[in-house]
Amino acid sequence: MSNRIDVKKTYKLFINGAFPRSESGRTYEVKNAKGVFVANPCLASRKDLRDAVVAARAAHAGWNKATAYNRGQILYRIAEMLEGRRGQFVEEIVNITGATKTKADKEVTEAIDRLVWYAGWTDKIASLSGSTNPVAGPFYNFTIPESMGVVAAIAPETPSLLGLIDAIAPIITSGNTVVVLASTKAPLSAMTFAEVLATSDLPAGVINILTGKKDEIAPWMASHMDIDALDISGLSSKKHADIKVAGAENLKRIHSFKSADPGRIIAFMEAKTVWHPIGL
Amino acid sequence: MSFYGLVDGTDASLKSYLGNLSGVDQVGAEARAAMLATRSIKTTSKRWAIDTAITMVDLTTLEGADTPGKVKALCTKAVRPDPTDSSVPSVGAVCVYNDMVSVARKHLDLIGGQHVPVAAVSTAFPSGRASMPVKIQDTQDAIDAGAAEIDMVIDRGAFLAGRYIDVFNEIVQIREVCGDKAHLKVIFETGELVTYDNVRKASFLAMAAGADFIKTSTGKVAPAATPPVVLVMLEAVRDFYEMTQVRIGVKPAGGIRNTKDAIKQLVLVNETVGPDWLNPKLFRIGASALLNDLLMQRMKMDDGYYTSPQYVTMD
Amino acid sequence: METTMTFEYAPAPESRAIVTIKPKYGHFIGGKYVPGGKHFPTINPATEEVLSQIALGGKADVDAAVKAARKAYTNTWSKMSGKERGKYLYRIARIMQERAREFAVLETLDNGKPIRESRDTDIPLAAAHFFYHAGWADKLEYAGLGTSPKPLGVAGQIIPWNFPLLMLAWKVAPALAAGNTVVLKPAESTPLTALLFAEVCQQAELPAGVVNIVTGDGSTGALIVNHPGIDKIAFTGSTEVGKIIARAVAPTNKSVTLELGGKAANIVFDDAPIDETVEGIVNGIFFNQGHVCCAGSRLLLQENVAEEVLHKLKNRMEKIRVGDPMDKNTDVGAINSKEQLKKIIELAAVGDSEGAERWSPACTLPSKGFWFAPTIFTGVTQAHRIAREEIFGPVLSVLTFRTPAEAIEKANNTPFGLSAGIWSEKGSRTLWASQQLRAGVIWANTFNKFDPTSPFGGYKESGWGREGGRHGLSAYLKGVSHE
Repeated sequence: MSNRIDVKKTYKLFINGAFPRSESGRTYEVKNAKGVFVANPCLASRKDLRDAVVAARAAHAGWNKATAYNRGQILYRIAEMLEGRRGQFVEEIVNITGATKTKADKEVTEAIDRLVWYAGWTDKIASLSGSTNPVAGPFYNFTIPESMGVVAAIAPETPSLLGLIDAIAPIITSGNTVVVLASTKAPLSAMTFAEVLATSDLPAGVINILTGKKDEIAPWMASHMDIDALDISGLSSKKHADIKVAGAENLKRIHSFKSADPGRIIAFMEAKTVWHPIGL
Repeated sequence: MSFYGLVDGTDASLKSYLGNLSGVDQVGAEARAAMLATRSIKTTSKRWAIDTAITMVDLTTLEGADTPGKVKALCTKAVRPDPTDSSVPSVGAVCVYNDMVSVARKHLDLIGGQHVPVAAVSTAFPSGRASMPVKIQDTQDAIDAGAAEIDMVIDRGAFLAGRYIDVFNEIVQIREVCGDKAHLKVIFETGELVTYDNVRKASFLAMAAGADFIKTSTGKVAPAATPPVVLVMLEAVRDFYEMTQVRIGVKPAGGIRNTKDAIKQLVLVNETVGPDWLNPKLFRIGASALLNDLLMQRMKMDDGYYTSPQYVTMD
Repeated sequence: METTMTFEYAPAPESRAIVTIKPKYGHFIGGKYVPGGKHFPTINPATEEVLSQIALGGKADVDAAVKAARKAYTNTWSKMSGKERGKYLYRIARIMQERAREFAVLETLDNGKPIRESRDTDIPLAAAHFFYHAGWADKLEYAGLGTSPKPLGVAGQIIPWNFPLLMLAWKVAPALAAGNTVVLKPAESTPLTALLFAEVCQQAELPAGVVNIVTGDGSTGALIVNHPGIDKIAFTGSTEVGKIIARAVAPTNKSVTLELGGKAANIVFDDAPIDETVEGIVNGIFFNQGHVCCAGSRLLLQENVAEEVLHKLKNRMEKIRVGDPMDKNTDVGAINSKEQLKKIIELAAVGDSEGAERWSPACTLPSKGFWFAPTIFTGVTQAHRIAREEIFGPVLSVLTFRTPAEAIEKANNTPFGLSAGIWSEKGSRTLWASQQLRAGVIWANTFNKFDPTSPFGGYKESGWGREGGRHGLSAYLKGVSHE
């Protein structure tokens, strides 16, 4: 009935806790399932990736040093914020992907529950993958799993929200920081999710989200010498070999996964083993 | 020289003495300081603490851009921190570079601030990187110009390289220059010493060498006077008193920005060395911005409402 | 020397206004507050003020509670996915965090412990236990207890008065995470935070009957222990009662975990970091008025540093602030009850009669309420009763040793085995000592540290089983062996 003109959102990148535009000024068009124009999200450039990695690296020391309990609480807070805004996410998924409301609802529910699942892993993964080792000698020997540093990830095209969370959460659970490229065709959930992150007490730089083209960003991620590991689950398997070749330059740990699993957390951790004599 | 009978002045004796000191557990020391920071100081105690803290402030300006005008303004503030309230006490001292000492002393005497001493930083403050003759001259110049207190820096390079006897001898020599004209504060620059074990060692080294005060920092390096660092120094002073019956003063400097921080320091003193140290002869706080926050908190306690920076003078 | 005014801290009372205590409480059964029969008072041990009238749970009440727990288990809780169970526990944790100040004030009023401790230790740890265990509810297959571990059913849980809300969290959180429902009996003298916790369960919309709270005394506890409808008993309290429970359930199929008494040795080697060690000694025995099962109640000093440590310890004890628990600057609060105070006084008198030398700093103790000054006994040996029996109060027995081996021998020379402390800067010796000590929790260069991820429990007569961490889950799951 009302002829009110609504205020349309501008979608920007999420780097270091802020929302900058791409330094290249590039954008690309996103249309909804009906072919109607929706937005011009940023087309991230190599320099945007560089800035994101700088932010992620700077944030690593603090995030890694935070207690597991603290990280768990923040992950849970993200779930709280997401739950509070679930309607908006359902609407966006329906609009962009053409999914039914039921299907979109299911995805958002799973995304929230997944975050809660990972929140509960922060202070348990060490019990699972750490150990004390009964070496043959008068030594106390223990293995501690530690975060690696900065991990870059390619999120799958679909499901655009759940896939993004499956990429991000296992990486940051253990103390890594992340730079993630969102779904190209359906990037808006990712950017709305960045708004959720900005209100969740998450320290700046722990999660950085870029929108853009996989074929541009992935090779740059693979060759960047200050990225420690990659999650290329969202990249077509045809492209994996090239990425691995480029990543070999600094021996990045490169993984690809099919489902949610604590193994995804452990894959982005290093095991440190310490020996200490036992004696007077 | 007797060095309180703790060392005999040789490298071997000093190394042995410092090596036998008990260590400091970082987690335990920080936990103790954190617990003491939970003390809730209210009403009459708070009012007393604020006034006491004011008398302990070494009001400081140590900038390359210092001019006589700036120093004179500082001196006026030091004598009468609040021109509208004569019940506010004067601060503990004025602290300046040695070429500003005579300006400060003259002005203080001019405005009725004879009771406020001038402290001079010395020995190539803040880095401490200069030859010994230069450091000695630096000190002598300050004393000749009217400084009653000398804040010297230790040679951190020598300390970290293990040349404790060099650090020790420098303090002995500067103490000699001070004679009975000035008291000597020895600055450790705890942010560069890093470990609490080093702070404890430096404390005993400086006290044995003749320091009248031990001081945390130059204010130019962070972290500076964190509560656990001050705690460790107060514990050393307490132990030293037990051994020698001599009371050495402590001065935290740098990072104490507001009344809450200052009161935390007083609590540390109270529950470590005890109330005998709660006066400007044995405890000083090196600060600049702190004074105005103390004044504003004092006003709030007297008036009953929060005030604004407009009601205190900037200089 | 200039005279200085001593820095007296003006009173800094925490406000009571945040809590509302009803004049009378019933039980919490089937998701509702239900009236009780007979009542008895719960008092504030610092002032002897009556806080409320508490229901004395009898057979009918316990029957109703077990029935409600069984119904909830069969119809709802055992059918619910771990994921959903976990979310209830997360809600509970978050609401406890929201109402943290309210819980802290109530705990201090009912228990007598300083508000600083309730606020900074008890309540945050209690919320953390729920948060931690919430995350296990849907991860039980990863706990190392089998691929599909099953809950036991209905757990009867009896908790002590020294850390009322924290002990509730240690019991309820893992039980629920593992899929059990519970009937919990808080201690006779400290029921109020458990009754407030029931409100949190309601606010979290926890299904009715999953948590049931029945108040009462030892007789109520016995009814729970002996109830045929209960599958598992968890008890924290004295070794004496623990043995009674062990005997009572022996002919049944009930599983039992017990967390009992202790007489921990706090061992100080000559290379200990002295000032932090003194803090650790003080914390070890005077924290929570010494009402701690794992308290460092036997100080074992290496003879060559004994004098120095004792001198520093006494100086440090002079600074302990004993008084109004609601004052934010109080370090040591009231003894929890008249009965406990009597026990402490008696055992301290035994120490005197055994020839140990008693020392306390000068303390002005309030006239009303139950108080005991922090006390040390020097010249104690293993043959003294005060080195053997748990006093459960702010009384430290000081012994000496010559060699590390002798320290270990003395430390282990007790039927208890809950905890121990080691103070040394030499890593290898600390690890060697921890290897030799027969105690379930060993603190090195620290004391009285607790965390939901860190298993807690005793060797020998200090009990059966562990609470917290992966190990603590096994108490509440079927088909896994437990001590």
